[in-house]
Amino acid sequence: MSGSNIIFYLLAALTLVSALMAVTTRMIFRAAIYLLFSLIGIAGIYFWLQYEFIAAVQIVVYVGGIVVLIIFSIFLTQQAGEQLPKQKLGRQLFAALAAFCGLALVMLQLVQHDFVATANKAIEPTVANIGTQMLGVDEGGYSLPFEVVSMLLLAALIGCIVIALKSKPETT
Amino acid sequence: MIEPGLYHMLFISTTLFFIGVYGFFTRRNLVTMLMSIELILNSVNLNFIAFNKYLWYDKMDGLFFTIFIIAIAAAEAAVAIAIIINLYRSHKSIDVENAEEMKY
Repeated sequence: MSGSNIIFYLLAALTLVSALMAVTTRMIFRAAIYLLFSLIGIAGIYFWLQYEFIAAVQIVVYVGGIVVLIIFSIFLTQQAGEQLPKQKLGRQLFAALAAFCGLALVMLQLVQHDFVATANKAIEPTVANIGTQMLGVDEGGYSLPFEVVSMLLLAALIGCIVIALKSKPETT
Repeated sequence: MIEPGLYHMLFISTTLFFIGVYGFFTRRNLVTMLMSIELILNSVNLNFIAFNKYLWYDKMDGLFFTIFIIAIAAAEAAVAIAIIINLYRSHKSIDVENAEEMKY
């Protein structure tokens, strides 16, 4: 039982407990804060796995971008102190049942399957390696998906502007 | 307690996925449904990273998939929130029950 193990279990507990609180709490603003802690826990797990670049991207994009966006939209669309209406018990029960059955099915498959690791030499996921392969055009390079994602982001940008535009009143 | 390995990561990501599914089924507010979707996407990211770390450490494909999923999730959240705020402007509510005339 080393310190590394303890840190891992703490991060896992933080992630799962705050995710559970985020989907069950009835205060919508608290749900956003619990989601924030859950995402930070996942970033901590990435740090623990020594994928520092992914952890940094996770913190910058999710914690710094998406959660702030969600909090802004909560402020714009409803009162922050207001409680959500209580859900029907039957719906909650059936949702919990469906989620639990899916969880049990996947876990059964997982414990029965025997994963075999590759025997090749490991490469370090350093930023230099990631950048070289991300913009590589030879075999295994990811420059085409990179360009496609940049087009997607541009399309999302234009789409957001078009959606948010105030439609002019009809003049006849 | 045993040394954390691939199965621990898969356990965390599976549990996180079904917590997100539960939230998606029970919530009726569009912003909280979006939060559940973010949880589901994060569990998928964790899955990719775990397989890359423990099984195919000679490649970095799982890492690239994670990066692209994060980029797409950011775009998706931005568009979804634009739609939600626009819906709030026209309906004064963001519950899915009040937005059902889009069906017809």
